Amino acid sequence: MYLMYLDDAFRVKVGLAEMLKGGVIMDVTNAEQARIAEKAGAVAVMALERVPADIRREGGVARMAPIRKIREIMEAVSIPVMAKCRIGHFAEAQILEALGVDYIDESEVLTPADEEHHVDKRAFKVPFVCGARNLGEALRRIAEGAAMIRTKGEAGSGNVVEAVRHMRAIQREIRQLTVLGKEELAAEAKRLGAPLELVQWVAEHGKLPVPNFSAGGIATPADAALVMQLGAEAVFVGSGIFKSEDPEARARAIVKAVTYFDDPQKLLEASEELGMGMPGLDLTQLPESERLAVRGW
Amino acid sequence: MRIVGVLALQGDFEAHARALEQVGARPVLVRKAAELDAAEALVIPGGESTTMLRLLEDEGLFEALRAFGRERPIFGTCAGAILLATEVTNPTQSSLGLMDIAVERNAYGRQIESRIVRLAPEPEFAREAGDGALEAVFIRAPIIRRTGPGVRVYARYLGDPVLVAHGRHMAATFHPELSSDRRVHRLFLERIEAGNARAG
Repeated sequence: MYLMYLDDAFRVKVGLAEMLKGGVIMDVTNAEQARIAEKAGAVAVMALERVPADIRREGGVARMAPIRKIREIMEAVSIPVMAKCRIGHFAEAQILEALGVDYIDESEVLTPADEEHHVDKRAFKVPFVCGARNLGEALRRIAEGAAMIRTKGEAGSGNVVEAVRHMRAIQREIRQLTVLGKEELAAEAKRLGAPLELVQWVAEHGKLPVPNFSAGGIATPADAALVMQLGAEAVFVGSGIFKSEDPEARARAIVKAVTYFDDPQKLLEASEELGMGMPGLDLTQLPESERLAVRGW
Repeated sequence: MRIVGVLALQGDFEAHARALEQVGARPVLVRKAAELDAAEALVIPGGESTTMLRLLEDEGLFEALRAFGRERPIFGTCAGAILLATEVTNPTQSSLGLMDIAVERNAYGRQIESRIVRLAPEPEFAREAGDGALEAVFIRAPIIRRTGPGVRVYARYLGDPVLVAHGRHMAATFHPELSSDRRVHRLFLERIEAGNARAG
């Protein structure tokens, strides 16, 4: 059986995700923020026009960031630079690949361009990361060629509850697969809406075939440590850093918290001197139509 | 069984730990200076060198690693090779200075230039580690631009050294931990044994 995640092109894509493990990927909107992020120890930056909290507040159609802005950020730092394209918008992805970004996030944070189809990510040389809320969604994205999965959480909310829900769901569904009999996996693949060969791989190995990171609502060192202890292999922080009152100190503190995620004394040190985090949203008050995580399938 | 530390601040340290287990060593993850005590040697994994430097400096590990390297072997891959070098460019940054090599970061370009190649290693590698092509996984890899006297080159790619040894230390600009061939990790382990035999 041909397993695409064993071919060299795919291994090179997953290779960069391997290098980002145990790190923090930070949303930035200009060169100055990118330099602050790099200096604080970010493993990569996500180049954006607006952070998710502003996208949420201002509304309208959110698209790929202006090229000038992404280029300015690429020139400012030596760490990998990621950029987002809209779900299904393969032309934006083609432009980002031509620009030379290191990773593309096919992201629910931007307004979807296609409500039925995601980008065929195997057609690209640049690697893709995609969001997921559960195992079926993660495996569908991997089948399309995603080389990294991140939980969706609820971007721009400053509320970690959805990131926790999605990470727990994925980990629980992985554990459940490992105890099923071989003959039960086909029915499970049908239920998950995922290819059987990927379901079999996960059942055998007890993990996803690509790194599994966490995103969407992480605002404090404690939030980062929480999702890491729940099984995240690295953390994306969006609005949490540059919407706080102390971006530099907070960026450094979250980097430290991800490295020492299971060491309470170090987590205390990381949390010690921080001021107020970004204002958060109570998600029980957020109507379904304003939830970003429900975009994509 | 040799106890080999793996610097676990960030990066693909778990892949190195697995590789070390496969060649019969016992890996221990190192995040604090005190955790170096039990280790006979250390691996510095791939990852982002700027992130590792930030944490090494903030957590008081930078000097501890330097002192460790004066007595015990260190093997660095990619970011690890950058940290071991005496000179780092693109951009200039501080390093442990334990191997006399000059390294240029991201020297092949961005991720789109990352690649997997099969190399024909130098005869010395075949002699010490075994015959056959060597798979090299390059991820936003650095290039070793200069090697000082006494640096041994085990493999080259496009003319540039990619696997080198200097004194007790070893460095690779690629990621042997991401391949299934364990000759490079075995070579590191054998060099630990040989160093101990000399010392003992």
